[in-house]
Formats: sequence, structure tokens, C-alpha cells
Amino acid sequence: MARDLEEYLRPGIDSTPFCPGCGHGILMNLILRAIDGLKISMDEMLFVSGIGCAAWIPSPNFNADTLHTLHGRAIVFATGAKMFNPKLNVMVISGDGDLTSIGGNHLIHAARRNIDLTVICANNMIYGMTGGQVASTSPLGALTSTTMDGNRYRPFDLCKLVLGAGAPYVARYSVTQPLLLVSAIKKSLGIHGFTFIEVLSPCPTQFGRRNRYDSSADMLKNLMERCISREEADNFSDDELKDKIVTGEFMNE
Amino acid sequence: MGYRNIKSTFPAGHYYFSGNEALTEGAIAAGCRYYAGYPITPSSEIMERISVRFKDVNGVFMQMEDELASICSVIGAVWAGAKAMTATSGPGFSLMQEAIGYAALTETPLVIADIQRAGPGTGQATRVASGDLMQAKWGSHGDYSIIALSPWSVQEMYDQAINAFNLAEQYRVPVFVMGEEAIGHLRERIEVKAKTTVFDRIKKKGAPPFGTNQDDAIPPMPSFGEGEKLLVTGSTHNEIGIRKTDDPNVHSRLVNRINKKILNNRDRIIQTDSYHLKDVEVIVVSYGFTARSALFAVEQLRKEGKKVGLLRLKTIWPFADKIIFDIGQKAKKIFVPEMNRGQIAGEIMKYATCEVIPYNQTNGEIIHPHRIIKELRSIL
Repeated sequence: MARDLEEYLRPGIDSTPFCPGCGHGILMNLILRAIDGLKISMDEMLFVSGIGCAAWIPSPNFNADTLHTLHGRAIVFATGAKMFNPKLNVMVISGDGDLTSIGGNHLIHAARRNIDLTVICANNMIYGMTGGQVASTSPLGALTSTTMDGNRYRPFDLCKLVLGAGAPYVARYSVTQPLLLVSAIKKSLGIHGFTFIEVLSPCPTQFGRRNRYDSSADMLKNLMERCISREEADNFSDDELKDKIVTGEFMNE
Repeated sequence: MGYRNIKSTFPAGHYYFSGNEALTEGAIAAGCRYYAGYPITPSSEIMERISVRFKDVNGVFMQMEDELASICSVIGAVWAGAKAMTATSGPGFSLMQEAIGYAALTETPLVIADIQRAGPGTGQATRVASGDLMQAKWGSHGDYSIIALSPWSVQEMYDQAINAFNLAEQYRVPVFVMGEEAIGHLRERIEVKAKTTVFDRIKKKGAPPFGTNQDDAIPPMPSFGEGEKLLVTGSTHNEIGIRKTDDPNVHSRLVNRINKKILNNRDRIIQTDSYHLKDVEVIVVSYGFTARSALFAVEQLRKEGKKVGLLRLKTIWPFADKIIFDIGQKAKKIFVPEMNRGQIAGEIMKYATCEVIPYNQTNGEIIHPHRIIKELRSIL
């Protein structure tokens, strides 16, 4: 069981590049489990990523065609490849800063055009690789290397943003919800059109240590407590919802 | 793979085109089947014509949300197997620079037509200049070499578009057609030949796509979807594409090779035309639209018995350093009229041993022949 996904990894890859406690390794596992579950050949997959920690999930680890691009531009590189060769099954995997801040314009336009891409956004709510600066997804009040007295600005609700831009399928799950996440990735791979999955992934190194999480396990526990389903959210007051993260599938069609 | 002759997309004959239309037809004849662009004066006619003509040839056209998206989707399409291009003008060319560096490092063949307008900034969108030549060479960070061509006629917009695709595919490098507003909007009769010579990228199954034994060679280039499990990255990488972001040897080998593969082949890449270079005292070095005025001026003065000639640069980058050195040996003076503040005159001064006299005009208008005649009379 522990090695059953090894065939999906590029020969020679024997460790992940991620920090201890990072959620991206779990996400890497879950993406491969979804592909394995659907029996999709890695020969028809193209993985496109931008710049940042999450961009290293597929590149060089996945044993398929991988395109590691410029910061923010993964979706448009993917658009060119998919439009020219529609036979390619194109998945974009990148981080929140990459896809929604520097690359935010491409995200909404690809959703508007309904380009047939599966976009997985690993959201750690911070710029991890560059040293923990505030992101467009950092919570209000978050302590980061550029907001030592707390983030003053509201974060994006990424799912609402992409839904508003017209994507037919949008979902949000945390790496602490692995089975739901695998099923969402499988579903998105089966949809012909633009699909977007926001994956909450803890960053103990940059986010956790500044925001008083004693350990990586505390960050995971915190995510497990805060993530609630859409159905549960219906019974919560606005005040009770303040600290919660609503997870589930959001659809336009 | 390699060079072959194919039937031209248009029947052999004469056609009446604008420069931008001719460039579009040249690109299609060369095999361009993916185009992504964003509207910008004075290049937009290229995208408009592509959007219509691609329906005839099964091409994929995307009007993107900005120039960053345009050039990046072109790179994506190229790795998916396309011959691809975009067209723009100064401000859009500036926005594309980061991706041009990415294309140079990943050895991605692509073509950009930059129909130059008067800058800097928004400048004068409908007015002519040749102010983007240094940006074409140095616009992205780091050290890399590209190829830049300078057409002087509508015929050359067609021919150089084909040449640009062939050079891009042969050398795995971004190639720029440095048109100017005046050439883009000029209308002239052109000749289309029955056959077009095209270069198709070299493929070799299993060969490393980013390295060879020689330090100036061009590796074969596979595409996505061919089972090669490609690793393409804009970070420093070894011959199979694995990131090597702190290995000094890998970085220096890669940067040297992407430069040497162009510079060591410059005798094969560089094209020039010369007029009246025998028995000459003053040589005009010119390119693009300005070379039309320069030729008129030189012919006029020759009729008067003046010892003046013209060297026309059809290739701007790599620079014709040896040719400039040679003409500098036989001329007393080199005169360089340009629609910029001396971008090429400065290069000529590096290699010419004689006196170099720049003439610069940045008023958004072409340099008139009588202006060149007047300047030449004063130095002859």
C-alpha cells in the first residue's frame, strides 16, 4: 500500500522537496490517488505549474509531461497547450499567490472562457518559498513577515471568485479531508470544462510559527476543527461562521 | 524534419498586401498554426487577419486577456507541437520580456512580430520608430541570444516571416520580426513563389531535450503527448530538464550554450545587402524603412559622382560585427540614420575602425531621403 503509487513518480525521485508538516505532500498523494482511481494513463497527462512551493508538486516528481512555468502564468501556458492539442489531459497545480494574485487575471479569464483545464490551487495562505510574506489569501490579522502587526486586508474567497467568473465546477477541501478531496479531483477530471479546486494546505514553517501554532499537528487539528461542510454551515449564525472554513462543492450548472 | 519545400498556401503570383497582411500570410505559409495576441496599434491587423485566415488552415487563434497571456500561451502551444507566434508593439513587447527570457532558457522556438511605434511609454501609438532594437536584444534579465530581423518592404514582411519561423525551429530560439509602423501599413505588390522552404523541428526519441555533447549545439525537441515525460522548466536545468538551481557548472554550461548556438552560427544567420560598396568613401549603414530612404539618397548622390554606398542590415541580431569591421576598413566614414537615439550606431562604433556619424530622428516620422542627402553632402 505504501508504495502502490510509485509508478506515478519519476524514476530517481526518492523524497519530497517540502518542509516537515507541509500539506503539499498529502496533496501530491491525493492527486495521484485520483488519477490512479480513474486509471488515466500518465502518458496523456500534462501537468503545468507556476512558481512557488506548490509548483513543485508535479515538477519534477510526476512521471508525465510537466511544464514548470513563470510566476503567475501557469494557466495561460496550459491554455496554449490544451487549445493546440486537445487530446492532452491538462492539470494545473500551483499555489494561492501564483494562481490568484500575480496570476489572478488569467484565472478569471480561463474560467470565463471555460477552457478544459483542471486547476488545483494549494492554498497555504502565505508566500511560503520567499519567506512568509502576506498573500491575497492571508486571513485578516494574520502575522506575516510583511504584516508584523497583523494583516489589514480581507482575503479573497477563491471559490466565489472563480464561480463568479463562470466556472462550471468549483470545490474547496482541506488536506485533512482526503477522501472528499480525492473524489473532487476525480470529478473535476471527468468534467469537460474549467474546474477549480481550492485545497487548504498548512504551512507550519512560514504561517504556523508566526501565528502561534505550537506544532504542525496543531495546524492540522485547527484545520479539522474549522472546516465544516456546506450543510453544517446552513445551521450556523454569521457570528459562528466567522472562524469557520466552508468546504464542499459549488457548481454553476 | 529539417528543411523541405512545400506548396505555398497561395498560388504562385503577384498580390497586393499591406506589410501586416503580408507578414500574416508569410507566417501561415511557414506553418504557423497557433496564434495568441492582444490588440495594440499598429500591429492589430495581423491578429485580425489571422482570426479569419486560420479558419482556412485549421489554425488555433486565441485573443488573450493581455500580452503576458499571449506570449505564455504561445510557449505552451509550441511545446504541444505547434509553430506559433504573436504580434505586438512597444508596450506589449515590454510586457512580454519575462516570457522571452523563459523561451530563450527553455529553447522554445517562437516568432514575435514587433511592429514598432514611437515610444517610450504609450508614446505615439500610430507613429513610426525603430526604438525597440535594444529591447529585443536585452529586454529580459540575464544573458541570452535571440535573432531579430528587420524587413524593409512588404515583400520582406512576407519573406522574413517565413525566415523567422525557419530560424526559430532550426536554432530553437525566439525570433523577432522588427517591423515598423510604416512597413506594417505600407501597401505594395509582392510575389509569392509556388514553393515555400520550411524547417520542421528535429525530433529524436529518447534524446535529452536540453543538452548535447557540443557546447554550441541545438538539441532535438520533442513535444508533449509523445510519451517522453518531458520536464520543461524556466529554472536552470540539466540536459533532461531536472532543476539544478545551485550548481555553478550546470548554469554556466547552459547559459554558454544558449548564447553560443546563435553566436557561433552567426555567419549562417546574418543577411545583409550592399549597394555601391566598391570605390567608396562614405558608407551608409541602414535597416528597416529608413534603408529605403538611404538607398534613394545613395543612388541620387552616385549619379552626381559621389563616392557613397549602402550596407543594409536585414538581420539586426546577432549583429554583423565582422561585416562592419570590414567596411570600416575601406570607408573613411560610416553614416547611420536611425529612427531612434542611435541604438545601432553604438553597435557599429564597437566594431568599425573609421569615424561613425549617427543621425537620429525621434519625431514619429520617417527619415526623408532629402534629409539623408543633405547630411551626406555635409560629410562627403
